[in-house]
Amino acid sequence: MIKVLLFATLQEKVGASELSLEENAIKISDLKNRLIEEYDVQEFSNCLVAINEEYAGDNDIAESGDTIAFIPPVSGG
Amino acid sequence: MKEFKIVKEPIEIQHVIDQVVDPNCGAISTFIGTVREMTKEKKTLYLEYDAYVPMAEKELKRIGDEIKEKWPDSKVAITHRIGRLEITDVAVVIAVSTPHRAAAFEASRYAIERIKEIVPIWKKEHWENGEMWIGDQLEQHSYRDGKPKMEDEND
Repeated sequence: MIKVLLFATLQEKVGASELSLEENAIKISDLKNRLIEEYDVQEFSNCLVAINEEYAGDNDIAESGDTIAFIPPVSGG
Repeated sequence: MKEFKIVKEPIEIQHVIDQVVDPNCGAISTFIGTVREMTKEKKTLYLEYDAYVPMAEKELKRIGDEIKEKWPDSKVAITHRIGRLEITDVAVVIAVSTPHRAAAFEASRYAIERIKEIVPIWKKEHWENGEMWIGDQLEQHSYRDGKPKMEDEND
């Protein structure tokens, strides 16, 4: 199982702060496309992604046990 | 006490400063970010901050490491508050100590700019006529180049 965390605008648009994927492995770009389609939320394309709290790229692959976080453009400070 | 942290309660400014006190420093620079009421013509009622807390603390530490590399013999502490903040509340406190003053000023500026680039913290503006997570305007804050970029310096 892969855990997916959502924050800020994504959390509100999807209506959940956490999703679970049954896959053993998934490529980040494939997951982005799937979530855009499934939830009709274009903002997924504009997000950075972290795997296990480290920034990751679209070509990286998350595996079972990993935590993926979608990071919309940040606005701290 | 942790040097890099996200808190839900009001920030004790002196506690952040105390962490960078050092016998070899001749300067401590602090940056205090506060909640502004007017942005151009728009009146903010209050802000709501959210964070990916464990990663945000790691990224704050990363900024501290970058500063120690760029300005040797410096010490850094950063605390950012999340939750609901009212106008004039303190959202972030940065303290940097260095042997000489020029580096302390430069490094605290560097820290706040990096926070706005890489640390997973988001603010939601609440106005009289609506609300919005800042950073979700696709055109203004695009990540399409694949990495965070500098936000407007006036934010």
